[in-house]
Amino acid sequence: MNRQLERILKTVQKPARYTGGEYGAIMKDKERVQTRVALCFPDTYEIGMSNLGMRILYAVANKMDGVWCERVFAPWGDMEEAMEKAGLPLFALESGDPVGSFDIIAFSLGYELAYTNVLNMLRLAGLPLRRADRPGLSPLVIAGGTCCYNPEPMADFIDLFIIGEGETVNGEVIEAYGRAKKDGLTKQAFLALAAKIPGVYVPSLYDVAYGGDGTISAITPCGGAPLPVVKRIVENLDDAYFPAETIVPSTEIVHDRVVLELFRGCIRGCRFCQAGYVYRPVRARAPDKLTKMGIEGLEKSGYEEITLSSLSTSDYKELETLCDGLLSWCEPRKASLSLPSLRADNFSMELMRKAQKVRKSGLTFAPEAGSQRLRDAINKNVTEEALLQTCRIAFAGGWNSVKLYFMLGLPTETDADVVAIAELAHKVLGIWKQHAANKSRGVRLTVSTSCFVPKAHTPFQWAGQVTMAEYERRVALLRDAMRARAIVYNWHDAKTSLIEAVLARGDRRIGAVLAHVVQNGGRLDAWEEYFSFERWQKAFEATGLDPAFYANRERLYGEVLPWHVTSAGVGEAFLYGEYEKALRAELSPDCRTACTACGASSLTGGRCDG
Amino acid sequence: MARVRLLFAKMGRSKYLSHLDLMRTFQRVFIRAGVPLHHTEGFNPHPYLSFALPLSVGVESVTELLDAELSCSEDLSALPMRLNQQMPEGIRVLEAYEPATKFAALAWVAVEGYLDYDAGVPAESLTALSSLFASKELVITKKTKKGMAEVNIIPAIGDISFEDTGDGRVLLRAVIAAQNPSLNPEHLITAIKTHRPDLTPDFAAFKRLAVYDGAKAVFH
Repeated sequence: MNRQLERILKTVQKPARYTGGEYGAIMKDKERVQTRVALCFPDTYEIGMSNLGMRILYAVANKMDGVWCERVFAPWGDMEEAMEKAGLPLFALESGDPVGSFDIIAFSLGYELAYTNVLNMLRLAGLPLRRADRPGLSPLVIAGGTCCYNPEPMADFIDLFIIGEGETVNGEVIEAYGRAKKDGLTKQAFLALAAKIPGVYVPSLYDVAYGGDGTISAITPCGGAPLPVVKRIVENLDDAYFPAETIVPSTEIVHDRVVLELFRGCIRGCRFCQAGYVYRPVRARAPDKLTKMGIEGLEKSGYEEITLSSLSTSDYKELETLCDGLLSWCEPRKASLSLPSLRADNFSMELMRKAQKVRKSGLTFAPEAGSQRLRDAINKNVTEEALLQTCRIAFAGGWNSVKLYFMLGLPTETDADVVAIAELAHKVLGIWKQHAANKSRGVRLTVSTSCFVPKAHTPFQWAGQVTMAEYERRVALLRDAMRARAIVYNWHDAKTSLIEAVLARGDRRIGAVLAHVVQNGGRLDAWEEYFSFERWQKAFEATGLDPAFYANRERLYGEVLPWHVTSAGVGEAFLYGEYEKALRAELSPDCRTACTACGASSLTGGRCDG
Repeated sequence: MARVRLLFAKMGRSKYLSHLDLMRTFQRVFIRAGVPLHHTEGFNPHPYLSFALPLSVGVESVTELLDAELSCSEDLSALPMRLNQQMPEGIRVLEAYEPATKFAALAWVAVEGYLDYDAGVPAESLTALSSLFASKELVITKKTKKGMAEVNIIPAIGDISFEDTGDGRVLLRAVIAAQNPSLNPEHLITAIKTHRPDLTPDFAAFKRLAVYDGAKAVFH
């Protein structure tokens, strides 16, 4: 190991995050590979290594001949400072080589507050932030992930976006890059070719014009680039790669277990949920395949815990069969099975009993809204009775800790809806008093609220976010209505939600704000200890942009939205119809009850939830 | 149930793994190798793994000891290879055997350390360092559970020598107390910093070479 790095590591917290060398990390001979890819996660090692997408894309790229894909994470503040002081540029974990020397630098964009980390990592790599200032083919800076459904705030910095699921497109882009490098193509010539790969968005090939009111007047593609770029997906999930042989971090990370992805997409259609729309159509894996994958994942990693992961795990049709199969392997080996994202309405006692056989954790539900009217408006098909019934069973079965998650500021929310959250919480307490198996242990009820952030490609993409002052007023209203000692109330900060809202529906002009924030020391904005609202305010002032225009403004149907450059397969008229139904508090059926013809099944030749 | 002792090395990048990291790593290595560990009974069953002398983060070693309880007996001669196939970089099991001693009998650790002097090794430093550690008393301030304390480290040093390697480094070799209380090799640097600040190295990195019993015989 490099002596300079060794000196630095002696002075920083948790140095094992910066060393690599974990079991399963892929080492190749750099003299014998043609294309070197730096797969970057714009957050710390602990967060990035917990991301299933990173593990899949790392393995898929490394299966390619002539390609070596390595990992890069954002250093924590102490490490960043030490590296800068020593003049040590950002490096990749496997080889320790500087990121600036790689062919392709690929970022995973999963949440908006990580955007400043992307820019800061480019800065730490010694690279110009703006794509226009990086004229050469190498390094090529690309990005993928859920946030790319509105790529525009990052369009000044990223050469090429991958829209949709990366398993197949990534390989096509890396291959095309390899050929371009061999043929000595310019960056421009390569990008023109890459734009022909379905699912690839090359921002330099689109002109965006603005009208007098600040909205977009036109988006014009050049050189035959597609508009919109339609997302790519894996049609049959059973054929999709599952990383059974994966990196096993030696040091602690956030989610340190086998993650088994049961299906992609969601049948529910909650109107606030971006994932619920952009991951359509629903594609599930077969239960026997999943059981095999799960066991293989446990055996090959040595993990003692497996979690079932999907947008709404309890909607998996053969969940019981799957759990039985996994538990019969797990129990004798003392491994545990955890089931997150359970919905209150079809949560069965049987399943809870099975899940707690090995280890018992708290119950978590997300009713999202306190009143039935508002739950109908957001199409969150959970009834109060179902939730209380579940709590009844759980308390009688010995559970004594429940967490309830809500959003404040949902479209059409009134004060009565806010107070209804407190009423629901008190009803849950009442249920505990009646049904607790062991009252002497007490009960812990945690109520958490976040400020609703409208997202692109959802029915609420036209809605305005409530102002910070209004959100804070509603928090105070709820807090005053919920004074029981057994209830702990946590509320999310309004400032980060405002920034998230700006970035989620921002256009290309927001790039100037991001650059300003990073040039003034901004990074790790998803972390309370680093987020500075003042720094963002100064950036808005300096660039003459108004955050309210992006966050709080209600859009009219027909406005050209920045994210019209991409399509998730769901029609805009359908989304607007859902928005109108929300305003009338009218439910839509889930995809299994009746198809609402959202349009996404056109991506799989009409198949959905098969 | 079968108790087994592993002698292993922790070198290179793996020297940054903490004690907890190492515990987790070994648990998973045993599972991957298909060597089941015996679990404790109770609400939260966990395997029995006991490391002899917790190693500081950043220190390498070729002499670490770990006792584990297997749920059935295994061919011990094949065990190191089976485990090593499942290891992260830098950790190697060198030997597996049935323990005949208790970790409580560990008394001394042999270490070596490279002291870097970026501006070259100061003149006469070898004699100066040797005479410093030949003092009857060498007091340093160190962090203890009760806060900062003044400690004389001489009783915890069994043997110490210095050698100029000719490339801007001094090679330190020492035999230091293993437990009750132990001496962290970094405290040797603290002592230099405290009493001969002019000889403070710019950087030092240590490696454990051997562990001994009270009679300074190799502990097995």
